[in-house]
Amino acid sequence: MSVIVTDAGFGPDTHSPDPRSGEAVTMPSDTAPEALDAALGAEMVVIDFPSSADGRGFTLARLLRLRGYRGRLRARGHVIADQYAMARRAGFDEVEIDDALAARQPEDQWRLRADWQAHDYQARLRG
Amino acid sequence: MYRYTDFDAGFVAERNRQFRAQVARRIDGSLTEDEFKPLRLMNGLYLQLHAYMLRVAIPYGTLDSRQMRQLAQIAERWDKGYGHFTTRQNIQFNWPVLGDVPDILDALAEVEMHAIQTSGNTIRNVTADHFAGAAADEVADPRPVAELIRQWSTDHPEFQFLPRKFKIAVTGSPADRAVTAAHDIGLRIVRAADGGIAYQVLVGGGLGRTPMIGKVLHDALPEADLLPYLEAIVSVWNLLGRRDNKYKARIKITVHEHGIDEIRRLVEARFAETRAAFSGIDQVMLAGIRAAFAPPAFRDAPVDAYHAARDADPVFRAWTDSNLAAHRAEGYAIVQVSLKAHGATPGDASALQMRVLADVAERYGHDELRISHEQNVVLPHVHLSDLPALHAILRAHGLGTANIGKVSDIIACPGMDYCALATARSIPVAQEIALRFDALKIEHQVGDLKIKISGCINACGHHHVGHIGILGLDRAGVENYQITLGGDQGPDAALGQRTGPGFSADEIVPAVERIVETYLAERAGAEEDFLATFRRIGMAPFKAALYDAPDKEARADAA
Ligand code: SF4
Repeated sequence: MSVIVTDAGFGPDTHSPDPRSGEAVTMPSDTAPEALDAALGAEMVVIDFPSSADGRGFTLARLLRLRGYRGRLRARGHVIADQYAMARRAGFDEVEIDDALAARQPEDQWRLRADWQAHDYQARLRG
Repeated sequence: MYRYTDFDAGFVAERNRQFRAQVARRIDGSLTEDEFKPLRLMNGLYLQLHAYMLRVAIPYGTLDSRQMRQLAQIAERWDKGYGHFTTRQNIQFNWPVLGDVPDILDALAEVEMHAIQTSGNTIRNVTADHFAGAAADEVADPRPVAELIRQWSTDHPEFQFLPRKFKIAVTGSPADRAVTAAHDIGLRIVRAADGGIAYQVLVGGGLGRTPMIGKVLHDALPEADLLPYLEAIVSVWNLLGRRDNKYKARIKITVHEHGIDEIRRLVEARFAETRAAFSGIDQVMLAGIRAAFAPPAFRDAPVDAYHAARDADPVFRAWTDSNLAAHRAEGYAIVQVSLKAHGATPGDASALQMRVLADVAERYGHDELRISHEQNVVLPHVHLSDLPALHAILRAHGLGTANIGKVSDIIACPGMDYCALATARSIPVAQEIALRFDALKIEHQVGDLKIKISGCINACGHHHVGHIGILGLDRAGVENYQITLGGDQGPDAALGQRTGPGFSADEIVPAVERIVETYLAERAGAEEDFLATFRRIGMAPFKAALYDAPDKEARADAA
């Protein structure tokens, strides 16, 4: 089972389309930037985080948004609470973690970072 | 000087709150050691050989007396009474206790300082020319743009978990005192065709186990494009850089493997995407930052006292000959305060010395201090008439050494005395070389000569770009020191060439002495410095002096 983290906290995975349906596209962290274009029309894109030290997913998310992707964008895997604000700022809507991680880093630790729009140098510099 | 805005202050306070919570969450098990490690590193906390080490940023090397006094206070309260200035304009405290670190960070925040992104796989503290805003030879002050880059890179959501560390340096002078060619990105402010300024962008420089000189990625980038262009470079590397082998992860290897032309093509394509995200508000902010760096009000005063002191006091004269640099304002000088007293640890300053430096900066230096990558302290704006009094105070506190740019002004990394990665000692070697040349009394005769020492292949002591570079290795449990000659950190940066087999700890000082003797014997005149002589005569005479049989026998006899 897994937990979906949004600004509202923990929730169940209710709205994800079946990954086999074609409406959701799953991408590994080593996806080439050219390969992102195929997902631009999808309803949902899931980017995998094999390790919290692998920061490629943040750049992939940002590129998708720069290229006009407007659908649901999910970070899935080993993303820690301390990375929630980064994920949101990079363009993700939500994070999917497993139950073990959710137990180790309970909801309050994630909620603390729900104010991701505050203290953001990037937002100031981009205008 | 730049002052924190409410935003900056709020950011740092919030960040410190987060780190305090992260330390608590590590202790209660919410964070595993693997998860906590990058978080503490991006807040400057590093695990050394004996203890934690806190690396505090001195952004673009600039600080004022209030900040220097706070560093002194931290050294006394939470460390052993001293700090170590590094080759990247940071100060390191070597003995903090983990539980105290959040309080230390709060103490830093009180004086608008932090330790953010001084370590870890992030964009590190941006460094700049230590003579910025004072040098006579400057195109433009690099600090405003360094501050802009500091803000842009701080907590950048895409770039907190990069393949490896990423270092940026900026120079505003053709003399390049920021070693830009040895950085992941080096920025050189140049005059644009329209009379304004532009940026020459170098990429893929770095020392370490595979030393590379940076390559020109863009010759004259317009200022308004700088942030999106930097973002494009780091974005390309974040996806392309190797994560399978940390020794191949730096951008210098990416550039080497793909070629500069391919990297340029990718960066240009990415830049087309990143550019659109910047509205231009960053340029308005840059103008505001620039205003904060307006030069102080220089005074117009007689300089007779300075000349009289020079004539009367040979010690003062020797110090002014070696420790001053040309200032842009009439009647002023840039003063370099040596942290390389003969026999001392290069770059170390005691809390008392920090306070003395703060006092003299306030009294004689328009309240400004700089830290140089050569591990010295700079008073960028001192009127000549104040130099005799300044010198007397410095001398009384072990800060009056007249050796800037000389044999004993050695850069040395912490090496085996502190560093967990070290394969040999470097500080004692620096101390012995300095003491030896001081005893020989030939330092001033030898003139400009940069010796740089690293205690392992990671090259934190920049040995590849030392005129004489020394690399300490471990050969079957015994320290062995390799020598390179002809390295250059200036605008025409070059990597040194190895002389041949290394030397034992006992042999290294005599070996350096033979190299210097060879230079003195071969130089065309006192005006030809070591590097010029080496370039003219090449390696052969030095090799002969180091390895030829008679010397070897003599060495064996001596041993
Ligand atoms: S060069 Fe090696 S020994 Fe010296 S500080 Fe760097 S990692 Fe440590």
